[in-house]
Amino acid sequence: MKEHKTPLLDELEKGPWPSFVKEMKRAAEKNESAKDLLGQLELSYQDKKGHWKHGGIVGVRGYGGGVIGRYSDCPEQFPNVAEFHTIRVNQPSGWYYNTKALRKICDIWEKRGSGLTNFHGSTGDIILLGTKTDELQPTFDELSDAGFDLGGSGSDLRTPSTCAGPARCEYACFDNLDLCHDLTMTYQDEIHRPMWPYKFKIKISGCPNDCVASIARADLSIIGTWRDSLRIDQEEVKKYAASGMDIKGEVCEPCPTKALEFDEDAGELRLKAEDCVRCMHCINRMPKALRPGVERGATILIGGKATILQSAFLSWVIVPFMKMEPPYQELKDLLERIWEWWDENGKTRERIGELIYRKGMGNFLRAVGLPAVPQMVYQPRANPYIFWQPDEVKKK
Amino acid sequence: MSRTDIGPPDFREMLPPVIKENYGKWKYHEIVKPGVLKHVSESGAELYSVRVGSPRLVSIDFIREICDLADEFCDGYLRFTSRHNVEFLVSKKENVEPLLDALKEKGLPVGGTGNSLSNMIHTQGWIHCHTPATDASGIVKAVMDDLYEHFVNMDLPAKLRISLACCLNMCGAVHCSDIAILGIHRTPPRIDHERLPKVCEIPTVIASCPTAAIKPDPKRKSVKVNEERCMYCGNCYTMCPAMEIIDAENDGIAILVGGKVSNARTAPAFSRLAIPYLPNNPPRWPEVTEAVRNIVEVWAANAKKGERVGEWIQRIGWENFFKLTGIPFTDKHIDDFIFSVPTFRTTTNFKW
Ligand code: HEM
Ligand code: SF4
Ligand code: SF4
Ligand code: SF4
Ligand code: SF4
Repeated sequence: MKEHKTPLLDELEKGPWPSFVKEMKRAAEKNESAKDLLGQLELSYQDKKGHWKHGGIVGVRGYGGGVIGRYSDCPEQFPNVAEFHTIRVNQPSGWYYNTKALRKICDIWEKRGSGLTNFHGSTGDIILLGTKTDELQPTFDELSDAGFDLGGSGSDLRTPSTCAGPARCEYACFDNLDLCHDLTMTYQDEIHRPMWPYKFKIKISGCPNDCVASIARADLSIIGTWRDSLRIDQEEVKKYAASGMDIKGEVCEPCPTKALEFDEDAGELRLKAEDCVRCMHCINRMPKALRPGVERGATILIGGKATILQSAFLSWVIVPFMKMEPPYQELKDLLERIWEWWDENGKTRERIGELIYRKGMGNFLRAVGLPAVPQMVYQPRANPYIFWQPDEVKKK
Repeated sequence: MSRTDIGPPDFREMLPPVIKENYGKWKYHEIVKPGVLKHVSESGAELYSVRVGSPRLVSIDFIREICDLADEFCDGYLRFTSRHNVEFLVSKKENVEPLLDALKEKGLPVGGTGNSLSNMIHTQGWIHCHTPATDASGIVKAVMDDLYEHFVNMDLPAKLRISLACCLNMCGAVHCSDIAILGIHRTPPRIDHERLPKVCEIPTVIASCPTAAIKPDPKRKSVKVNEERCMYCGNCYTMCPAMEIIDAENDGIAILVGGKVSNARTAPAFSRLAIPYLPNNPPRWPEVTEAVRNIVEVWAANAKKGERVGEWIQRIGWENFFKLTGIPFTDKHIDDFIFSVPTFRTTTNFKW
C-alpha cells in the first residue's frame, strides 16, 4: 500500500482549530480508502480542482435514495477510492445520542467503510463518507440491525430535521422533536423512494429564533410561535435592572415595533401586546424575565431554497398559526395536498417555491384550499393585473 | 433479511434522565462562560451543556473519543448542534470543570455561545463532490484558525454566522449568513460533443439553463452555448457530465455579507455581494481569510451592541459599508439577473 506525501495538506494540521487533515490521517492509519482519499485530496490541492467523476447510481435493496454514488477520476493512481460511495443515515430528532448508539455506528463503519464521517451533513443526516459497492448492502443490513435507517437523497422527501426543542430549550413553543420524528416515520416511503419532480425539505424550529435555518433551507418551514401575549415576570425584570442591565437601550429600543416600554421608577416592563410581532429579541435578552405566551403553535411557510435555478427564496407564510398536537393531522393533510399539486404541475427539477412563483401564489392557495390572509404579505400588490376566476365575473 | 423503513432511532431513547424528567419544563438559561450553558427547570433541576467545535469531517476515532468523554462526564449522553458543534450534556455540576480540563488536554475548543462566532456550516468540496469551484474543509479550517479568538470568547457585538458552499448548488444553503463564502465558476461550460449525445438527453440539457443560453446543435447532434448569456451556474453540468464547468485557472470565491435567518428584531435576509472574486490559493487561502477578517473587524469596531452584520449595514448604509471596509464597489455589485429591480435606488436619499 502506497504512502502518499501530503505537503500541502500538512499545512492544515497547524493552527488552533481542530484539523480535518488529522482526522483523515487517523482514518488512514487503519484504512486504505482513507489513505488514498488523502492522496487524491492532495492532488486536488495541487491542481485546484476536484477529482471525482460525475454521477453514478448505486443503492441498497428496496430503496431508491440514501446512497450517493462516487467514483474517482484517477483510479489508477488511487485504486482504493475507485469506488467511494456515501451513505446518508437518518439522525434521531434534534441530534441527541447516547454513546451506545454512536459506538454501534463507529463499529459498523470501521468494518464496512473508510472510517470517515460528517457529523452531520447540512440536511441533518449522519454522512458515512466512502465505501465500495459490495459493502453497501451489508452496511445497510448492519445499520438496520443496530436500529438505524437511511435518509433521503434524490427527488424525494429529504430527511426532516429540527432544533434542540423542549428537551433542552425553554423557548420551544411545541414539541418539535416529536413532530419531526412523527413526520419522519409517517413518510418513510416518501423519504426512501424518489417519486417527485425534485427534492422536498422539511425543517422544524421550536421558535422564531429558527436555529435550524428552516426559513432559508426548507421547502416547508415550520416555526414555533404563540398567539397571546408574551409573559413577563416583573420581579426578574427588577433583578436584571439591579444587575446594571440597560433595559431601555438593550431591550426596548431594538424591539422592532416599539411594543415595550421600561418604566424606570416602577422598575416595570410594559408591553403593548397588540404591537408585538413575537420576534424573540426581548426574550433572548432577558430569558429569566420573559417567555413566550401560553397559546402556542407554529407558523407554516413554504418555498425556501438556495439559488439554483430561479434565485434563492426565503419561505413564505401560508398558515400564520396552526396548533401542533399529535397526530398532527391538519399539517399532514395540508402537506399531502401540497405534494399532490406539485406532483401534477411541477416540471422535472422544479422546487415547490419555483412552481408557486411560475403559477402564482393565488393558484397555489386555491389549489390547496388555504384562505388568503394579510399575514401572508408585507404589503398588497402595486400592479392591477388581477387574475379573476370564471365564477367571479359574468360570462357573456 | 434486513428490515426497511424502520426510520431513525426514537430520540426519546437518547435523552439523559435529567432531560426526561424536565422535558418541556425548562424555565430559563444562562451562559456561565463561553461555551457553557446552564439550563434551569421549573423543578429546580440543572443541566449544563458544554459546546465544543469540531471539524465536521471526522474519523470514527474522534466519535469514539467524544463518546469516552460523554461516558466519563455525562452518563453517556451528548448531542450535536445545527452548526456541527458537539454539545456534552452534563447533569452533575461537579463534572463541568473536569470535562473542560479534559477537552483542553485534547485541544478541543470550547465556545460558540452568545455573541461569538459559531462553527461554520459547510459543504463537501474536493473531498467528495464533482462540481466544486473550491474546497470546503480547507477554507473552513483556515478561517476558523484565523478567527479562533471569536469562537472561544464572546467579544463580538452580536452573533456571527459564517458559512461556506463550494458551488452555487449551495448544499450548505449559505445564502442567509452574516458572511457567506461561495465557490464560483467564471467561464462557460466546455462541451464534449463526442460524448454529449451518448450520455445526456438533449432536451433536458437545454431546459436546465436558467438563462436559455443553451440551443440545440443538430449538425453535431449536440448543443451550443451562447456564451454571452451564460452566468456560470453549472446547472447544465449537473444535468450532463459532458458540459464541463470546472476551470481550475478561473474558479474562485465570492464573499457575500449581511444575511440572517433568525426573526429576532429584523426579518430573515439574504446575504448580498461584497467581493465578487478572490482566487483559490490552497492550502490556506490567504486572500479569503484576510477578506473575512477585515469585514469582521470593521463590523466589530463600528456596530452597536447587539447589531448583527446586516443590521449594522442597514443602519450605516451600503455606501458606508464599502467605504469603511475599503472594498471597491464595481459593476459586478449591480444585479443583472432576475429580481434585480427592487435593488435599484429610487430615492434621492443616500449617503456620501
Ligand atoms: C455529487 C455531488 C453532491 C454531493 C457529494 C453533495 C453532498 C451533499 C451532502 C452530503 C449534503 C447533506 C445531506 C444531508 O445532511 O442529508 C447535501 C445537501 C444539499 N445539497 Fe448537495 N451534494 C451534491 C450535489 C448537489 C446538487 C447538484 C445540488 C443542487 C442542485 C445540491 C444541493 C444541496 C442542498 C440545497 C442541500 C441542503 C442544504 C441544507 O439543507 O441546508 N447538492 N449535499
Ligand atoms: S429554534 Fe428556538 S426553540 Fe429551537 S433551539 Fe432555537 S431557540 Fe430553542
Ligand atoms: S418579542 Fe420582539 S416584537 Fe415582541 S416585544 Fe419582544 S422585542 Fe418587541
Ligand atoms: S455546494 Fe456544490 S460543489 Fe459543494 S458539495 Fe454541494 S454540489 Fe458539491
Ligand atoms: S452554466 Fe448555467 S447559465 Fe451557463 S449554460 Fe450552463 S446552465 Fe446555462
